[in-house]
Amino acid sequence: MKTDTLLKFTFWRVIAVVIIVAGIVSTYYRFTKGLGATTNLSDAVPWGFWIGFDFLGVGLAAAGFTIAATVHIFNIHRFEPIVRPAILTAFIGYSLVIGLLVVDLGRPENFWHPLVMWNIHSVMFEITWCIICYTTVLILEFAPVVLEKFNLKAPVKLLKKISIPIVIAGVLFSTLHQSSFGSLYLIVPGRLHQLWYSSLLPVHFYISCIAAGLSMIIFESYLNTRAFNTGLRLKILSKLSVVVVIVLVVEFLLKITDLLLSGKFNYLVTSSMETSLFYLEIIVGTIMPVIILGSKKNRENKSWLFIASVCVICGFILNRMNVSITGMVSSSGVNYFPSFDEISITFMLVVFAMIAFRLVVQYFPVFTYSEEKVIEENGIAETKKLITGE
Amino acid sequence: MLKPKGLLFDVTLCIGCGACYDGCKQKNNLPKTNQNFLSDHLSANTFTVVEQYGNNYARKLCMHCDEPSCVSVCPVGAFSKSKTGAVLYDGNKCIGCRYCMQACPHKVPRYEWGKTQPRVRKCNMCDDRIKDGKITACAEACPTEATLYGDMDKLIEIAKKRIKENKRNYYPHIYGLHEAGGSHVLILSPVPFEQLGYTPNLPKEPMPMLTMRAMEKIPPVVGVGGIFLGGMYWLTKRKNQIAKEENESIKDLEKHEN
Ligand code: SF4
Ligand code: SF4
Ligand code: SF4
Repeated sequence: MKTDTLLKFTFWRVIAVVIIVAGIVSTYYRFTKGLGATTNLSDAVPWGFWIGFDFLGVGLAAAGFTIAATVHIFNIHRFEPIVRPAILTAFIGYSLVIGLLVVDLGRPENFWHPLVMWNIHSVMFEITWCIICYTTVLILEFAPVVLEKFNLKAPVKLLKKISIPIVIAGVLFSTLHQSSFGSLYLIVPGRLHQLWYSSLLPVHFYISCIAAGLSMIIFESYLNTRAFNTGLRLKILSKLSVVVVIVLVVEFLLKITDLLLSGKFNYLVTSSMETSLFYLEIIVGTIMPVIILGSKKNRENKSWLFIASVCVICGFILNRMNVSITGMVSSSGVNYFPSFDEISITFMLVVFAMIAFRLVVQYFPVFTYSEEKVIEENGIAETKKLITGE
Repeated sequence: MLKPKGLLFDVTLCIGCGACYDGCKQKNNLPKTNQNFLSDHLSANTFTVVEQYGNNYARKLCMHCDEPSCVSVCPVGAFSKSKTGAVLYDGNKCIGCRYCMQACPHKVPRYEWGKTQPRVRKCNMCDDRIKDGKITACAEACPTEATLYGDMDKLIEIAKKRIKENKRNYYPHIYGLHEAGGSHVLILSPVPFEQLGYTPNLPKEPMPMLTMRAMEKIPPVVGVGGIFLGGMYWLTKRKNQIAKEENESIKDLEKHEN
């Protein structure tokens, strides 16, 4: 047994090292040889895998603001135990995205220009600012965890005092830029395939990121229980999955109505690569998880919860990749597939993110709540205690 | 004050000699990119091309839109619309996000992919020449007046007159007058424009309006959202507190009873 786990550990370590080394080499080439030599981007495909990946990083980190709002604004303290993991996920996700954006920019040394050169009509400008502000919010939201560890009480007190405005600001910034990622494509009606182009793109992006972000929490909790055995209570996750189902159904209905009302029914019945991908996205990302999570028994089963969350995440990934890459193919007339360097730099950043997550979880109290403590924190349990006068 | 200027390109007059192509290359110090200019395409080193479609030749270049997508999408304002109508680019501001390339309805801006400090490249309507009181290099080079440079109002007049006086030779439409909100490059053609590779079906409304409609909603979303969230916080907190107080009074009662 022991050697088995040891082997497994070293196996993953070796893979991680290989990915990182490849990534560093690619990064070096990217900065010394330029984008043309290292990516498959071109005048016909100015945005590729990296932009698509940015959508994923930001979208999957959406639980950061949804959970914070649920607990601190709507005062549903049942979900308190997952606030910290959600915020940590979001922070790491955003750091990854910022890192990737800098690699993607043609002039990375000018990355600070949006701070001083303003064009308030640009969606990209708005997104840049929201990402900067929201990352700051995330730092402030996570800071108490770090400060507590080092026993610094005064700043924690201060942060607690302003915590509600911080959470509200975080929710607003998130709402804006999550939806604005969709707004980016509003100006390209002739380029993005009609199955994805919609004047409601920002709304679709917003709603779908909530389902994906929450599923990400379920996904992580599952993996984390296995790795550290300090995981979360199944009950919370199964409640969370109910929310996921509701959000998925709402998004599904909205999407279908939108398609039918804008007279795009014919795209649903023609056979093309886009139509197949569209169906794949809906089946994997919406229909399968709704069927799985529709049954209460499955919701209370760890493995089914996990499988459903994987479905939602895959569907979300498909959707964002379809908007950013496949939905653009037919109008650009060029078949784009990311180059080795594009992929290896991205993977390197993902490995960094995973290592960072593990390290933080290991050294800071992120998954803190054991079973009993959760009950204590749980409003109902507290009430019971009071009633019985214990 | 400078009047709005523009270019009128008339396919029926173009003989496909490539003088505009050469003139532009020379004026902008651009290296040779193709043996045969007719098979060249827009690139970081080619700001205008002449394409052959049967007996017709069609020029492609930046349209210098009235309300340019590139100006509206650039996060740092590297693109600007000059008083003459030319859409200009400032490489010192550019961060290289390439949103301008993605957003342009005519797919015009090109990138210096091979460089480590790349710029976006496109026709700038010979802005420096115009400020010196000259006309654009391509219009100057054109031997047949297929490319005309002048005041916008005059060009529109000429275009309308040509179509009116010679109905048989022209497809009855001035491309660029209303496309994507109108532009400072106008095109006349004997055949429908999509047959010459010009982007068809562009809305009359300026493209940036599509984004504007979403961006407009930001202030109300922030305002209403902020109030809603603050209100919800206050409400749910109070609710919890009342529940707690009630519980405490129950507890008190129980104590008394004991
Ligand atoms: S044609 Fe494209 S690059 Fe030229 S002004 Fe219009 S939007 Fe900008
Ligand atoms: S690539 Fe440069 S000019 Fe184009 S939108 Fe981005 S910052 Fe602006
Ligand atoms: S206006 Fe000047 S830059 Fe533009 S195509 Fe003509 S010569 Fe080239």
